[in-house]
Amino acid sequence: MTTALEDREPKRAVARERFHEVVIRFAGDSGDGMQLTGTQFTNTSALVGNDLSTLPDFPAEIRAPAGTMAGVSAFQVRIADHDIHTPGDAPDVLVAMNPAALKKNLPDLKPNGVLIVNTDEFNGRNFAKAGYDADPLQDGSLEGFRLYEVALTTLTRRTLEDTELDTKAKDRCKNFFALGMVYWMFSRPLDKTTAWLERKFAKRPDLADANVRVLKAGFNFADTTEIFQVRYEVEPAVSAPGTYRNVLGNSALALGFVAASRRSGLPLFLGAYPITPASSLLHELAGYKQFGVTTFQAEDEIAAVCAAIGASFGGALAVTASSGPGIALKAEAIGLAVMIELPLVIVDVQRGGPSTGLPTKTEQSDLLQVLFGRNGESPLPVLAASSPKDCFDVALEACRIATRYMVPVVLLSDGYIANGTEPWRLPKVEDLPDLRRDFHTQAEGFAPYQRDGETLARPWAVPGTPGLEHRIGGLEKEDVTGNVSYDPANHQRMTDLRAEKVARIARDIPPTEVHGDPEGGALLVVGWGSTEGAITGAVNAARREGLPVSRIHLRHLNPFPADLGEVLARFDRVLLPEMNSGQLALLLRGRYLVDVTSYAKVEGKPFFRTEIYDRIKEMLHG
Amino acid sequence: MADAATAELTLKDFASDQEVRWCPGCGDYAILKAVQGVFPGLGIPKERFVVVSGIGCSSRFPYYMNTFGFHTIHGRAPAIASGLKLSRPELEVWVATGDGDAMSIGGNHLIHCLRRNVGVKIMMFNNRIYGLTKGQYSPTSERGKRTASTPVGSLDNPFNPLSLVLGAGATFVARAVDIFVPHLKQVLQRAAAHPGTAYVEIYQNCNIFNDGAFTQVTDKENRTSQVLYLEHGEPMLFAEGRRGIALDGLRPKVVDLEAGEATVDDVLVWDETDRTLAWLAANLLPPEFPTPIGVVRAVEEPAYEQEVVAQIERERQRLGDGSLDDLLHRGDLWTVGADGQVREGATPDQP
Repeated sequence: MTTALEDREPKRAVARERFHEVVIRFAGDSGDGMQLTGTQFTNTSALVGNDLSTLPDFPAEIRAPAGTMAGVSAFQVRIADHDIHTPGDAPDVLVAMNPAALKKNLPDLKPNGVLIVNTDEFNGRNFAKAGYDADPLQDGSLEGFRLYEVALTTLTRRTLEDTELDTKAKDRCKNFFALGMVYWMFSRPLDKTTAWLERKFAKRPDLADANVRVLKAGFNFADTTEIFQVRYEVEPAVSAPGTYRNVLGNSALALGFVAASRRSGLPLFLGAYPITPASSLLHELAGYKQFGVTTFQAEDEIAAVCAAIGASFGGALAVTASSGPGIALKAEAIGLAVMIELPLVIVDVQRGGPSTGLPTKTEQSDLLQVLFGRNGESPLPVLAASSPKDCFDVALEACRIATRYMVPVVLLSDGYIANGTEPWRLPKVEDLPDLRRDFHTQAEGFAPYQRDGETLARPWAVPGTPGLEHRIGGLEKEDVTGNVSYDPANHQRMTDLRAEKVARIARDIPPTEVHGDPEGGALLVVGWGSTEGAITGAVNAARREGLPVSRIHLRHLNPFPADLGEVLARFDRVLLPEMNSGQLALLLRGRYLVDVTSYAKVEGKPFFRTEIYDRIKEMLHG
Repeated sequence: MADAATAELTLKDFASDQEVRWCPGCGDYAILKAVQGVFPGLGIPKERFVVVSGIGCSSRFPYYMNTFGFHTIHGRAPAIASGLKLSRPELEVWVATGDGDAMSIGGNHLIHCLRRNVGVKIMMFNNRIYGLTKGQYSPTSERGKRTASTPVGSLDNPFNPLSLVLGAGATFVARAVDIFVPHLKQVLQRAAAHPGTAYVEIYQNCNIFNDGAFTQVTDKENRTSQVLYLEHGEPMLFAEGRRGIALDGLRPKVVDLEAGEATVDDVLVWDETDRTLAWLAANLLPPEFPTPIGVVRAVEEPAYEQEVVAQIERERQRLGDGSLDDLLHRGDLWTVGADGQVREGATPDQP
């Protein structure tokens, strides 16, 4: 199906060659603007019609010392003429702005891959910072790659020599020289980026002009110098009809919450404390005040969730967002939300490791924390988003469950999808779920813990409603009245009711969708969260070869879909890749007594398709 | 502002059906009665009151008030109250807290609530001890306190609560005493009328674990001689006008008017809007000085929730009431037609 770049022989003369997909990685120093360069290439490619997927990889340090390995920032984008699910395993093209970027990223570059380096940065001082003993451009270590040596800094300065800008400002434009060259290589139009530069630097026309000139100079340099022998073409993907945009995971979450607010008629309240990689959700929602959104940057994680609980008591659609360390701090308050049975959505954008861990890297290791990391029996629903665009739908679903069942809901995302992008076919507003829900107003016969017969939800009785004065709190509640109760039988009953309420959500979620052979077979790959892309790519590739493998992907992690146990039982073996040490595998084994083969990985980075593909083959042939 | 719905409210309307379970003789009873006595006279419908608390003896308060109430978790009442007030600015949100709840486990929330000036009223019941956990020393206990957790005396210095909250930028600060009920009610009425955060420290006797903590103020012989009632615009006199506070350079001193040490013109005139005087009052400590009670600071600054609402309103006026469809269609769009052709922009039926 796909033709990898390395399969092609470079031609002598400039030729146009068509590829089904290409993976490109821009790597440089934190200050080199690699995220921006990659984003521009992505946006332009989206408008060309390619399917695409991106993976930013940046250090936790804002500005690590220039030229060091710690300061390397990279952005990978995969463009394709067909439906793709991941940003790709290994790049076909690597742009390395300095020796450290080369050293860190070269191990991933495919054999015979295209390598563009900025020779101006290849000097003794930078070799030392990157830990090179010798000039890698000279020592033969780059044989086996198609190396293009370009003096990017010199060429940029020369382009701008008649401007008033100082050298530092000129050098900041050099990423656009590289981008211009890559645009030429992939036959991309420049107008999207030039328009963006003019918007971005509307108040500094001199900078807009400089960057545009450098972009064009890079493009023209590639065109006239015949440095490249081939231009690569990736045709538009065939996608379903509709309007599309590119969306980041955290942006899709923000939009999903605004949509839920509009569809429920409830004002949105976000309580948050800055933390990587969740902060951009706070930033984005802070910009939506015209939608009646209140964002509250609290003094700490605990205050953030508590303020959201207070807002929920008042009748707002309340959300708190954090990452693993913040969720740990919020645990007691989440327990309070379980006890008082008010709607609340808790977003956990997971990152790597215990404690501070790997703040900018991705992992799925908070599953057990959000399920069990509280005192007492305190069950709550847990959902997981599987891709950047899926964040939108999951945000709506989390709000639906929270308000319908009067329960705090955890929404799991992770650093990979929070910062990743993919094209998103925009939904029609009128097709979004109707989340309207009435507050309780009837004073006659009101009891704060009188439950709905179907959902077991208690009434949402907001302050300000005459005749509904009542007290809630963290002490155990007497059934129906909500009065404080230490009665042993009542505590058992209330514990059971809180659990049953969550369990009943299983009646209200779709059955498990089996991709492959619904009737069962030799192997089922089970996934959740952001592994969906890699699993889908791997399973599809294996099925094309006729291997008897199917997959399911879980959005609802508590409760599980009602048919899950029965679906698992239809398959001889179950493989479960996850970016933790086997947390969902533990749950499935415990719940369904299924001998799940756990494929656990905690390297702070997503699975490669090939890793899962290899494991599938191993299980079926091994 | 009283209307038909509120005019007939009485103390009884604010008493819940729950049996009050504080220890007999606890100062909390007097505070409860004072609050139940003040609320009916504020001209506010009962359903608009919400009492929020943390954990501790004082935090049982909401159960005994027939209003909306929320008994939350240890130290977090100001944070929960802030979220509630932000989402519903028209509600009257009162916080009942204690010295352990507000100054120790919840210290961060207290100072940030004050810094923001969220329009909630915070009643801090200071009994200088942990009561509900059975008598450990608290962050307001005096140094050397022998308690269950400090059998040979505590080693840490106490907070001066007034200095702490003034340092946090509180716009309304007051001190009252549980058994001085008419004065306590006056202070609570002032707090109720304050638009931003109103902080009221209430000396509250725990007769079980820290009995007599405030005898310096409450003993019959001390009530006039050792207590200075702060009154805006009036000289800082006490002991029935026989003594007063004057300045010696930059230091306060007690002057005896009866002995002719000074005249009333030498006595400082209390100004509740003056920051320097607030610091001075906060640091008048017994036994050298009388204990000031009353309003220590009252300045009007915009309440946080009103600013939040105004900012949302300004953005709505500037950008129009947000359209979800427009929001989804932001950024670079492209359209895939039924024929599979890709072109820039939205589909024609979309904005």
